[in-house]
Amino acid sequence: MTTLNINGENHDVDVDPATPLLWVIREQIGLTGTKFGCGIAQCGACTIHLDGSPIRSCVTPVSAAVGMEIRTIEGISSAEAGLHPVQQAWIDEQVPQCGYCQSGQVMSAVALLESNPAPNDSDIDAAMSGNICRCGTYSRIRKGIKRASKVINAAAADREAING
Amino acid sequence: MGKWTRRAFISAGVLAGGVVVFGVAIRPGNRADKVRKMIAGEDDSIFNVWVKISPDNSVTAIVPHAEMGQGVHTTLAMMLADEMDADWQQMKMLEAPANKEYANYALAKGFIAGDVDFPSFLVDTVDGFFLTVMKAMNMQITGGSTSVPTTGQLGMRVAGAATRAVLLEAAANAWSVPASELSARKGEIFHQASSRSAPFAEFALQAAALSLPVKPRLKTPDEYTIMGTDVLRLDVPSKVDGTAEFGIDASLPGMKYAAVKAAPVFGTTVKSVDDSSIQDMPGIRKVVNLGDAVVVIADGYWQAQQALDQLKIEFEQNGSETIEQSDIFRQFAADMDKATVDGEEILDFEQGDAISALSAADRIVEAEYRVPYLSHAPMEPMNCTAWMHDNICELWTGTQNPLGFAAEVADALEMDLANVLLYNAYLGGGFGRRAFPDYTIQAARIAAEVPYPVKLIWSREEDMRHDHYRQASISRFRAALDSNGQPTAWINQYVDKHDPKEAPYIPYAIAHQYIHYAESRTHVPWGFWRSVDHSLHAFFTESFIDELAFEAGRDPYQYRHDLLAGAPRFQKVIDLAAEKANWNATLPENWGRGIAIHKSFGTIVAQVVEIEIVAGRVFPRRTICAVDAGFAMHPDGMKAQMESGIVYGLTAALYSDISIRRGAVAQSNFHDYQMLRMNESPEIETYIINSGEKIGGAGEPGTPAIAPALVNAIFNATGKRIRELPVKMHDLTDLDMGSKDVA
Repeated sequence: MTTLNINGENHDVDVDPATPLLWVIREQIGLTGTKFGCGIAQCGACTIHLDGSPIRSCVTPVSAAVGMEIRTIEGISSAEAGLHPVQQAWIDEQVPQCGYCQSGQVMSAVALLESNPAPNDSDIDAAMSGNICRCGTYSRIRKGIKRASKVINAAAADREAING
Repeated sequence: MGKWTRRAFISAGVLAGGVVVFGVAIRPGNRADKVRKMIAGEDDSIFNVWVKISPDNSVTAIVPHAEMGQGVHTTLAMMLADEMDADWQQMKMLEAPANKEYANYALAKGFIAGDVDFPSFLVDTVDGFFLTVMKAMNMQITGGSTSVPTTGQLGMRVAGAATRAVLLEAAANAWSVPASELSARKGEIFHQASSRSAPFAEFALQAAALSLPVKPRLKTPDEYTIMGTDVLRLDVPSKVDGTAEFGIDASLPGMKYAAVKAAPVFGTTVKSVDDSSIQDMPGIRKVVNLGDAVVVIADGYWQAQQALDQLKIEFEQNGSETIEQSDIFRQFAADMDKATVDGEEILDFEQGDAISALSAADRIVEAEYRVPYLSHAPMEPMNCTAWMHDNICELWTGTQNPLGFAAEVADALEMDLANVLLYNAYLGGGFGRRAFPDYTIQAARIAAEVPYPVKLIWSREEDMRHDHYRQASISRFRAALDSNGQPTAWINQYVDKHDPKEAPYIPYAIAHQYIHYAESRTHVPWGFWRSVDHSLHAFFTESFIDELAFEAGRDPYQYRHDLLAGAPRFQKVIDLAAEKANWNATLPENWGRGIAIHKSFGTIVAQVVEIEIVAGRVFPRRTICAVDAGFAMHPDGMKAQMESGIVYGLTAALYSDISIRRGAVAQSNFHDYQMLRMNESPEIETYIINSGEKIGGAGEPGTPAIAPALVNAIFNATGKRIRELPVKMHDLTDLDMGSKDVA
């Protein structure tokens, strides 16, 4: 039995430790927002966070995630806090088309903004080039990240003003 | 209207373009009740299969098309809501069930195979009018960029307007006032003189008993309140938080997982399977030999795939194992030569006498182009969950043709179509791939072997190696130029024609034209690929016209502009693209600019591409797109489709190459079938012209002109003329920029 902490909750799963996290998350835990695209870390559809860093869950064995915080697309928004600024920006810019890659895109974008709240174009290229979108929504993703960045930074400035 | 009577079916159906309704009415038995349960809640009134009004005044549009990212659910709902004057905030959308009773038009398999023209546009008679709607809607096929031009224009709008008309009539009866004094707005009916108003739902029951107008008056563009606006897409919120359900997300109690390996060489079969190596692997349930493929069923997908990879499988040989890609191109060239030598050229289009004009010409320009096979590679690999129980087959998948798939499964398993139930989910990309039912039939055949539900998932490798491929092709041109460099004759021969027929035709005023082709069959399965034949012919024709402009010493935009003098709609589109691109502005060193224009699916698109060459690599930096689809129902959706078509087309032009090695597909995943990524994606500007001409499609027309615009830009930057795709196969390092070579 392996214990995994996913979106703040502990789950006991009985799987081969070599099983990629992707399949455990989808099949054992039943969180299907994380998608299978290629199985070889080439497309980014399966992107999740491991202790805050974006990783490709299709090539990450369960054994590598024990004791770490796993976050999936389902853990990005909450009933209390509402949508994450990245998700709201995705709606405002009408980013998704087929939508299949977008969980992974959102996860990569959230991780980028958490480590770099004001990314420039080359930061965005570096952080997002591991995520393929066959519908070609790249230009809207770029706009979405910039929009979310503004919202996040404005909120941070507000907090500072209140605290300061 | 608690339940549908046969009479209600006929009246609602026939009069409102009641395609579906009509079909149900002529079927024996109690099918009607079954349909009612599928699309209506207990207290709903159904006018026809496109619209239902609930007691809470919400209006549900029932859309017979699959949502694969093109926003069609939203756009079709907009068209209906606008004509009906419904409240957009209370609009809902439901995808029509894949049910014979819902879509009761004899399913023509030949149609699916592509041998019937589609769409056959407006016919004037009432019968013809509705027949056209029936064909478009009842086939339930999403493809050919037809959803808005056909279903939307002929179905949703008519249904919305007719529904509005009977609602007003019912209100007029209830209030004892003339209907002409009533108006409708945002789901309510108003009578100004008596200051009365009431929601649609109040009159729904009475309206359902009235005769729907056969040809309701449709709004003119100045009356539109929803069409032509940028409403937010209905499907987007579920696609940012992981809740959107795709075919691969289906989940059933007791479900197992299947991985599959089909014979790598098309058309061969399984010779033997040795499963001794997987006997001790955990979670394995069953190995199934389907004859042309081997399947492992396990408790989890990863277990199934791991075991499958361990299996020792031998395949039969059928002679195709020796075929290499170069053999295929050699065969094409030989068949083209042979057609000419034997006098067996198949005529595609002829005007004037091109052969005589050519022999009398001052100057002849010749070129030959090639394109490779292409895979669709949607982000969601093929998958289907199937469960065979109680003599029924239930299927959960994503398909562009739900009813057709159900029919194919019924045929393959020799079942009654009524016992095959298919539930369509969101499609993680379609692009034509999900019009082919192979994966669904496979899932049904696997489910027939076991008592539990099985989710079949194709690995990416399986998806890439068992696609239905855009054809590889060769196209040869000869043109005559007069002393001013004007083309007087255009002769084009290519290999392997599919669809649409007009894909190789040119809009330019060239007096003498002869376009013909040769057949040259291969063992590689063919499939509709975004924009179908347009995807190759725009590359051929718009590259060659660029070559003629160069030979004539003319600017490639001006040359096209002048040759489009007799086609003012084209001319406006190319002029707009050139103007917005600032066509004559100087570019930095190692940059180039190219232009192309092509009409497909009723929509004219001009593209200008600006590229930069960095260390021999081509980076598209900026794309300017001008599009005339008659009228953009959802302008932001139109722009999104152009962006999508451009990236899809650029990806293919720069990188994509499915090649045959020892009879099988050599590529297997995104490492060797490369995709355009964020860092390579250009800025895209789209400019829309609402010309008022007949409505065209949006999902495909963005793709055809981008490849020629790209290679024309490379020529502009480097002087190197790329005549074979993809671009990546050409060495662009150490070019003497400005010289004019040919690749």
